[in-house]
Amino acid sequence: MKQMITARLQKYWDLRAAGNFIGGGTGTGLVMASGLGAALGLDVTVPLLAGLAFVGLGLSMVWLEIGKPWRALHVFFHPQTSWMTREGILAAPLMAAGAAYWWFGHPAFLAVAVLLSAGFIYCQARILRAARAIPAWSHARTVPLILMTAAAEGTGLFLVIGEPAPAMIAAALAMAVAREVAREVYRLALSRDKAPQGTLNWFVRPEVRVLQAMRWVSMALLAAGLFGLPLAAVGGGVLAVLTGWGLKAIMVTKAAFNRGAAIPRTPVRGRDSSRLVQQQ
Amino acid sequence: MTRFVMVADLRRCVGCQTCTAACKENNGTPVGVQWRRVLDIEAGEYPDVSRVFLPTGCQHCDKPPCMEVCPSTATGKRADGLVTIDYDLCIGCSYCIMACPYEARFKVEDLVYPYEEGATAADQARTNPAKFDGVVSKCTFCIDRIDAGLAKGLVPGRDMEATPACVQGCISGALRFGDLDDPGSDVATLIRDNKWFRQHEAEGTRPGFYYLWDKGAL
Repeated sequence: MKQMITARLQKYWDLRAAGNFIGGGTGTGLVMASGLGAALGLDVTVPLLAGLAFVGLGLSMVWLEIGKPWRALHVFFHPQTSWMTREGILAAPLMAAGAAYWWFGHPAFLAVAVLLSAGFIYCQARILRAARAIPAWSHARTVPLILMTAAAEGTGLFLVIGEPAPAMIAAALAMAVAREVAREVYRLALSRDKAPQGTLNWFVRPEVRVLQAMRWVSMALLAAGLFGLPLAAVGGGVLAVLTGWGLKAIMVTKAAFNRGAAIPRTPVRGRDSSRLVQQQ
Repeated sequence: MTRFVMVADLRRCVGCQTCTAACKENNGTPVGVQWRRVLDIEAGEYPDVSRVFLPTGCQHCDKPPCMEVCPSTATGKRADGLVTIDYDLCIGCSYCIMACPYEARFKVEDLVYPYEEGATAADQARTNPAKFDGVVSKCTFCIDRIDAGLAKGLVPGRDMEATPACVQGCISGALRFGDLDDPGSDVATLIRDNKWFRQHEAEGTRPGFYYLWDKGAL
């Protein structure tokens, strides 16, 4: 016996919340790509500062979303278990380390900024993982997907606003492929673990298929960039970023169906008997 | 020790929604906020169909995921098992809503009153609706009634003055409340003598809301 579907799309986190994951992902990705760029001898000033700006913008979007913005400092009260608190705690030293590298130019500051960026994006992934009402977020495969899309967005955008050096193009292509693998593993896992039908339906919608096609074009352009077409690599980088933003916007605002109420059995009434109930 | 829990006997619930009205009346929640709900669920396919009325709301879990994610420590848990929200600490980030598998939490984005002119004298008399503005709220198991009753020496679940309004209002005796750790309480007896389930048991939250579905111990 199957129960009627009771899962519903969450309505409390909108594009402003998605903006935090978009800004945080692209921003931390850019900072980490800047670390790679600096190791390759590239000028990373603009990508690094842009990365910090993206992180700041993302956090500002959250500030616009919360119901009591003038109590925003309360977000720091619960580092023991809340990944949102931990994310907030990492933001300030990340900004400081990035700014210190820009001002003083000592590579140690950049190394610290890269480490803090990795921590920040991990916190964002764990924020979603801890959201147990939403199977599309709380699945274990969400974490590698968020990490990989941040890396793909960061390296992709580095090609646009930094130097599209061959090594960076190769890194962007590798990250784009890794993101595609993480995304496919995530999709298969949600399907296997019976995520709400509303969530699964989003994987076959036209908008998502267009995004998927754009990701493949992005990878093709990045591959072309490796063969001496830097402009193609820049185009691939732009698409890598835009598709990451699209993925997160859909993940947060469209595919986020909750579990709904669930009854494993029907009650016994009169001479009727109880029946086992399967969730759809 | 005390562990307050609620029991819903699904064999008795007729879906009359008196509990939802009693909750609304007692707590003065704003428009769009319904702490106690009764879901009307269908299961099966014609002709083998069952209709189940499922009272639901905050399950006052032993391991509340809402409390774990709350960045402001606004969500807390008392020694008697009641999960609470401090409206003065809450920042309205809605993260707890995303963590609660039971759809028990509500955030008021725009405070709306039943009548356009704002909160009526009756609304104000029951509670201050503005306290809900911009923050997350949920069923408290009528914590004010419980605490006031305990201060008078009453027993929640036995003395209606100290019992959640939904339980007091229930016309069929489907909803019961009390201390699970008291072996003589109604809830302890019902849970001991009947088959029951809890929602989303696999999540490991150990809810304090038991649903009876047949007689006989598990």
